Amino acid sequence: MRSSGGDVDELWAAVADPTRRQLLDVLLAQGHGTATTLARELPVTRQAVAKQLAVLDRAGLVEGARRGREVRYAVRPERLDLAARSLARVAARWDERLVAIKRIAEAAARAQTEQMEEVS
Amino acid sequence: MVPDRVEREILIDAPPDIVWSVITEAEHIGRWFSDSAAVDLRPGGELLLTWDEHGAVYWRVERIDPPHFVSFRWLRPAPSDSGGDELREDNSTLVEFSLDPDGEVTRLRVVESGFAELAGSEEENAKDAEEHRHGWKLELDELRGYVSALVRGSVRR
Repeated sequence: MRSSGGDVDELWAAVADPTRRQLLDVLLAQGHGTATTLARELPVTRQAVAKQLAVLDRAGLVEGARRGREVRYAVRPERLDLAARSLARVAARWDERLVAIKRIAEAAARAQTEQMEEVS
Repeated sequence: MVPDRVEREILIDAPPDIVWSVITEAEHIGRWFSDSAAVDLRPGGELLLTWDEHGAVYWRVERIDPPHFVSFRWLRPAPSDSGGDELREDNSTLVEFSLDPDGEVTRLRVVESGFAELAGSEEENAKDAEEHRHGWKLELDELRGYVSALVRGSVRR
Protein backbone atom coordinates (compact mmCIF):
# COMPACT_ATOMS: atom_id res chain seq x y z
CA MET A 1 0.00 0.00 0.00
CA ARG A 2 1.48 3.30 -1.00
CA SER A 3 -0.44 5.56 1.33
CA SER A 4 1.95 8.16 2.64
CA GLY A 5 0.67 10.05 5.67
CA GLY A 6 1.15 13.30 3.79
CA ASP A 7 -1.69 12.27 1.53
CA VAL A 8 -3.85 11.62 4.55
CA ASP A 9 -2.95 15.00 6.10
CA GLU A 10 -4.07 16.77 2.95
CA LEU A 11 -7.25 14.74 2.87
CA TRP A 12 -8.09 15.73 6.43
CA ALA A 13 -7.50 19.40 5.69
CA ALA A 14 -9.65 19.16 2.57
CA VAL A 15 -12.60 17.49 4.26
CA ALA A 16 -12.39 19.62 7.43
CA ASP A 17 -14.30 22.47 5.74
CA PRO A 18 -18.12 22.14 5.80
CA THR A 19 -18.59 23.76 2.38
CA ARG A 20 -16.15 21.33 0.84
CA ARG A 21 -17.95 18.44 2.50
CA GLN A 22 -21.25 19.71 1.05
CA LEU A 23 -19.61 19.95 -2.37
CA LEU A 24 -18.44 16.36 -2.10
CA ASP A 25 -21.95 15.28 -1.07
CA VAL A 26 -23.54 16.99 -4.08
CA LEU A 27 -20.90 15.61 -6.43
CA LEU A 28 -21.43 12.11 -5.04
CA ALA A 29 -25.20 12.43 -5.46
CA GLN A 30 -25.09 13.88 -8.97
CA GLY A 31 -22.03 12.09 -10.32
CA HIS A 32 -20.40 15.27 -11.59
CA GLY A 33 -20.80 19.03 -11.72
CA THR A 34 -19.23 22.31 -12.78
CA ALA A 35 -18.63 25.38 -10.60
CA THR A 36 -21.79 26.87 -12.17
CA THR A 37 -24.10 23.90 -11.58
CA LEU A 38 -22.72 23.32 -8.07
CA ALA A 39 -23.21 26.97 -7.11
CA ARG A 40 -26.94 26.49 -7.78
CA GLU A 41 -27.06 23.74 -5.16
CA LEU A 42 -25.17 25.57 -2.40
CA PRO A 43 -25.62 28.96 -0.74
CA VAL A 44 -22.26 30.21 -2.05
CA THR A 45 -21.07 32.02 -5.14
CA ARG A 46 -19.67 30.37 -8.25
CA GLN A 47 -16.27 31.90 -7.44
CA ALA A 48 -16.32 30.40 -3.94
CA VAL A 49 -17.27 27.01 -5.36
CA ALA A 50 -14.42 27.22 -7.90
CA LYS A 51 -11.98 28.02 -5.11
CA GLN A 52 -13.11 25.06 -2.97
CA LEU A 53 -13.04 22.74 -5.98
CA ALA A 54 -9.41 23.74 -6.51
CA VAL A 55 -8.59 22.72 -2.91
CA LEU A 56 -10.37 19.38 -3.36
CA ASP A 57 -8.54 18.91 -6.66
CA ARG A 58 -5.15 19.51 -4.98
CA ALA A 59 -6.00 16.95 -2.29
CA GLY A 60 -6.89 14.52 -5.06
CA LEU A 61 -10.49 14.15 -3.87
CA VAL A 62 -11.99 15.33 -7.17
CA GLU A 63 -10.76 15.39 -10.73
CA GLY A 64 -11.73 17.84 -13.40
CA ALA A 65 -12.09 17.47 -17.17
CA ARG A 66 -12.44 20.53 -19.39
CA ARG A 67 -15.81 20.70 -21.19
CA GLY A 68 -15.91 23.71 -23.49
CA ARG A 69 -15.57 26.78 -21.29
CA GLU A 70 -16.07 24.95 -18.01
CA VAL A 71 -14.38 22.21 -16.04
CA ARG A 72 -16.55 19.28 -15.10
CA TYR A 73 -15.62 17.72 -11.74
CA ALA A 74 -16.25 14.26 -10.32
CA VAL A 75 -15.31 12.65 -6.99
CA ARG A 76 -12.37 10.25 -6.95
CA PRO A 77 -13.93 7.59 -4.73
CA GLU A 78 -10.68 5.76 -4.00
CA ARG A 79 -9.24 8.91 -2.41
CA LEU A 80 -12.35 9.61 -0.37
CA ASP A 81 -12.24 6.00 0.73
CA LEU A 82 -8.66 6.43 1.95
CA ALA A 83 -9.73 9.32 4.20
CA ALA A 84 -12.70 7.37 5.52
CA ARG A 85 -10.66 4.25 6.06
CA SER A 86 -7.95 6.00 8.07
CA LEU A 87 -10.63 7.09 10.58
CA ALA A 88 -12.25 3.66 10.47
CA ARG A 89 -8.90 2.19 11.49
CA VAL A 90 -8.63 4.60 14.42
CA ALA A 91 -12.14 3.50 15.43
CA ALA A 92 -11.31 -0.19 15.10
CA ARG A 93 -8.26 0.37 17.27
CA TRP A 94 -10.39 1.96 20.02
CA ASP A 95 -12.89 -0.89 19.78
CA GLU A 96 -10.08 -3.29 20.48
CA ARG A 97 -8.82 -1.23 23.43
CA LEU A 98 -12.34 -0.94 24.87
CA VAL A 99 -12.79 -4.69 24.70
CA ALA A 100 -9.49 -5.11 26.56
CA ILE A 101 -10.58 -2.56 29.22
CA LYS A 102 -13.87 -4.45 29.59
CA ARG A 103 -12.10 -7.77 30.09
CA ILE A 104 -9.71 -6.39 32.71
CA ALA A 105 -12.43 -4.48 34.60
CA GLU A 106 -14.88 -7.41 34.64
CA ALA A 107 -12.17 -9.79 35.89
CA ALA A 108 -11.31 -7.29 38.66
CA ALA A 109 -15.00 -6.90 39.58
CA ARG A 110 -15.44 -10.69 39.80
CA ALA A 111 -12.32 -11.00 41.98
CA GLN A 112 -13.68 -8.29 44.29
CA THR A 113 -17.06 -10.02 44.60
CA GLU A 114 -15.41 -13.37 45.38
CA GLN A 115 -13.22 -11.74 48.02
CA MET A 116 -16.28 -10.19 49.68
CA GLU A 117 -18.08 -13.54 49.65
CA GLU A 118 -15.10 -15.22 51.30
CA VAL A 119 -15.05 -12.60 54.05
CA SER A 120 -18.76 -12.89 54.80
CA MET B 1 -19.23 12.40 4.98
CA VAL B 2 -15.89 12.08 6.69
CA PRO B 3 -16.03 13.35 10.28
CA ASP B 4 -13.18 14.74 12.39
CA ARG B 5 -13.80 12.51 15.36
CA VAL B 6 -14.13 8.92 16.41
CA GLU B 7 -16.64 7.96 19.08
CA ARG B 8 -16.95 4.44 20.49
CA GLU B 9 -18.61 2.99 23.55
CA ILE B 10 -18.94 -0.26 25.42
CA LEU B 11 -20.95 -1.63 28.35
CA ILE B 12 -18.85 -3.09 31.13
CA ASP B 13 -20.19 -5.35 33.85
CA ALA B 14 -18.23 -3.61 36.61
CA PRO B 15 -18.78 -0.50 38.78
CA PRO B 16 -17.33 2.85 37.58
CA ASP B 17 -14.56 2.93 40.21
CA ILE B 18 -13.10 -0.32 38.90
CA VAL B 19 -13.37 0.84 35.26
CA TRP B 20 -11.75 4.11 36.34
CA SER B 21 -8.74 2.34 37.82
CA VAL B 22 -8.33 0.25 34.67
CA ILE B 23 -8.29 3.40 32.52
CA THR B 24 -5.97 5.44 34.72
CA GLU B 25 -3.55 3.10 36.54
CA ALA B 26 -0.18 2.35 34.98
CA GLU B 27 -0.39 -1.36 35.71
CA HIS B 28 -3.62 -1.67 33.70
CA ILE B 29 -2.75 0.77 30.89
CA GLY B 30 0.26 -1.45 30.28
CA ARG B 31 -2.21 -4.20 29.39
CA TRP B 32 -4.89 -2.53 27.28
CA PHE B 33 -2.89 0.16 25.50
CA SER B 34 0.87 -0.26 25.51
CA ASP B 35 3.35 -2.73 26.99
CA SER B 36 4.18 -0.48 29.93
CA ALA B 37 3.15 2.93 31.26
CA ALA B 38 4.35 5.70 33.57
CA VAL B 39 1.45 7.79 34.84
CA ASP B 40 1.30 11.17 36.57
CA LEU B 41 -2.44 11.48 37.04
CA ARG B 42 -3.17 15.18 37.66
CA PRO B 43 -4.07 18.07 35.35
CA GLY B 44 -0.98 18.77 33.23
CA GLY B 45 0.59 15.49 34.33
CA GLU B 46 2.21 13.32 31.68
CA LEU B 47 1.79 9.71 30.72
CA LEU B 48 4.59 7.92 28.93
CA LEU B 49 3.18 4.86 27.20
CA THR B 50 5.81 2.51 25.89
CA TRP B 51 5.83 -0.46 23.55
CA ASP B 52 8.73 -2.88 23.77
CA GLU B 53 9.16 -2.92 20.02
CA HIS B 54 7.91 0.36 18.59
CA GLY B 55 8.71 3.29 20.82
CA ALA B 56 6.50 5.37 23.06
CA VAL B 57 3.80 8.02 22.98
CA TYR B 58 3.09 10.93 25.30
CA TRP B 59 -0.29 11.84 26.71
CA ARG B 60 -0.98 14.85 28.91
CA VAL B 61 -3.85 14.96 31.38
CA GLU B 62 -6.27 17.76 30.43
CA ARG B 63 -9.25 17.40 32.73
CA ILE B 64 -9.93 14.86 35.42
CA ASP B 65 -13.07 14.16 37.45
CA PRO B 66 -12.84 10.70 39.03
CA PRO B 67 -14.57 8.35 38.42
CA HIS B 68 -16.65 10.09 35.75
CA PHE B 69 -14.42 11.79 33.22
CA VAL B 70 -10.80 12.12 32.16
CA SER B 71 -9.31 13.64 29.01
CA PHE B 72 -5.84 13.54 27.55
CA ARG B 73 -3.94 15.28 24.76
CA TRP B 74 -2.20 12.65 22.66
CA LEU B 75 0.95 13.98 21.01
CA ARG B 76 1.07 12.66 17.45
CA PRO B 77 3.61 11.62 16.48
CA ALA B 78 5.82 10.54 19.39
CA PRO B 79 8.30 13.24 20.49
CA SER B 80 11.70 13.29 18.86
CA ASP B 81 14.81 12.39 20.84
CA SER B 82 15.86 16.05 20.89
CA GLY B 83 12.78 16.83 22.94
CA GLY B 84 11.17 20.27 22.93
CA ASP B 85 7.95 19.04 21.37
CA GLU B 86 5.26 21.00 23.11
CA LEU B 87 1.75 19.74 22.99
CA ARG B 88 -0.43 22.03 20.92
CA GLU B 89 -3.82 21.65 19.33
CA ASP B 90 -2.22 21.16 15.94
CA ASN B 91 0.14 18.36 16.92
CA SER B 92 -2.15 16.33 19.12
CA THR B 93 -5.56 14.77 19.28
CA LEU B 94 -7.94 14.96 22.26
CA VAL B 95 -8.97 11.68 23.88
CA GLU B 96 -11.94 11.86 26.27
CA PHE B 97 -13.19 9.01 28.44
CA SER B 98 -16.67 9.26 30.02
CA LEU B 99 -17.97 6.72 32.53
CA ASP B 100 -21.70 6.55 33.25
CA PRO B 101 -23.29 4.07 35.64
CA ASP B 102 -26.18 2.35 33.85
CA GLY B 103 -27.96 0.10 36.35
CA GLU B 104 -25.50 -2.62 37.31
CA VAL B 105 -23.06 -1.81 34.53
CA THR B 106 -20.83 1.05 33.42
CA ARG B 107 -21.19 2.69 30.04
CA LEU B 108 -17.70 3.69 28.89
CA ARG B 109 -17.45 6.12 26.00
CA VAL B 110 -14.26 7.27 24.29
CA VAL B 111 -14.08 10.19 21.87
CA GLU B 112 -10.93 10.99 19.94
CA SER B 113 -11.10 14.27 18.03
CA GLY B 114 -8.95 16.90 16.37
CA PHE B 115 -7.73 15.02 13.31
CA ALA B 116 -8.51 17.98 11.06
CA GLU B 117 -6.51 20.43 13.21
CA LEU B 118 -3.68 17.95 13.14
CA ALA B 119 -3.60 18.25 9.37
CA GLY B 120 -3.79 22.04 9.52
CA SER B 121 -0.25 22.36 10.81
CA GLU B 122 1.21 20.99 7.62
CA GLU B 123 1.95 24.32 5.98
CA GLU B 124 3.60 25.80 9.07
CA ASN B 125 6.78 23.91 9.13
CA ALA B 126 8.29 21.43 6.73
CA LYS B 127 9.91 19.42 9.51
CA ASP B 128 6.64 19.18 11.39
CA ALA B 129 4.91 18.09 8.23
CA GLU B 130 7.51 15.42 7.64
CA GLU B 131 7.01 14.13 11.18
CA HIS B 132 3.26 14.13 10.70
CA ARG B 133 3.63 12.14 7.54
CA HIS B 134 5.81 9.70 9.39
CA GLY B 135 3.36 9.53 12.27
CA TRP B 136 0.39 8.85 10.08
CA LYS B 137 2.32 6.29 8.09
CA LEU B 138 3.09 4.47 11.34
CA GLU B 139 -0.55 4.71 12.34
CA LEU B 140 -1.77 3.32 9.04
CA ASP B 141 0.78 0.54 9.05
CA GLU B 142 0.03 -0.39 12.65
CA LEU B 143 -3.68 -0.32 12.19
CA ARG B 144 -3.70 -2.32 9.01
CA GLY B 145 -4.82 -5.85 9.48
CA TYR B 146 -7.04 -5.41 12.48
CA VAL B 147 -10.03 -7.66 12.48
CA SER B 148 -12.41 -4.82 13.08
CA ALA B 149 -15.58 -6.73 12.26
CA LEU B 150 -14.81 -9.27 14.94
CA VAL B 151 -14.08 -6.56 17.49
CA ARG B 152 -17.22 -4.58 16.61
CA GLY B 153 -19.28 -7.72 17.04
CA SER B 154 -18.17 -8.05 20.62
CA VAL B 155 -18.56 -4.34 21.33
CA ARG B 156 -22.24 -4.31 20.37
CA ARG B 157 -23.06 -6.99 22.84
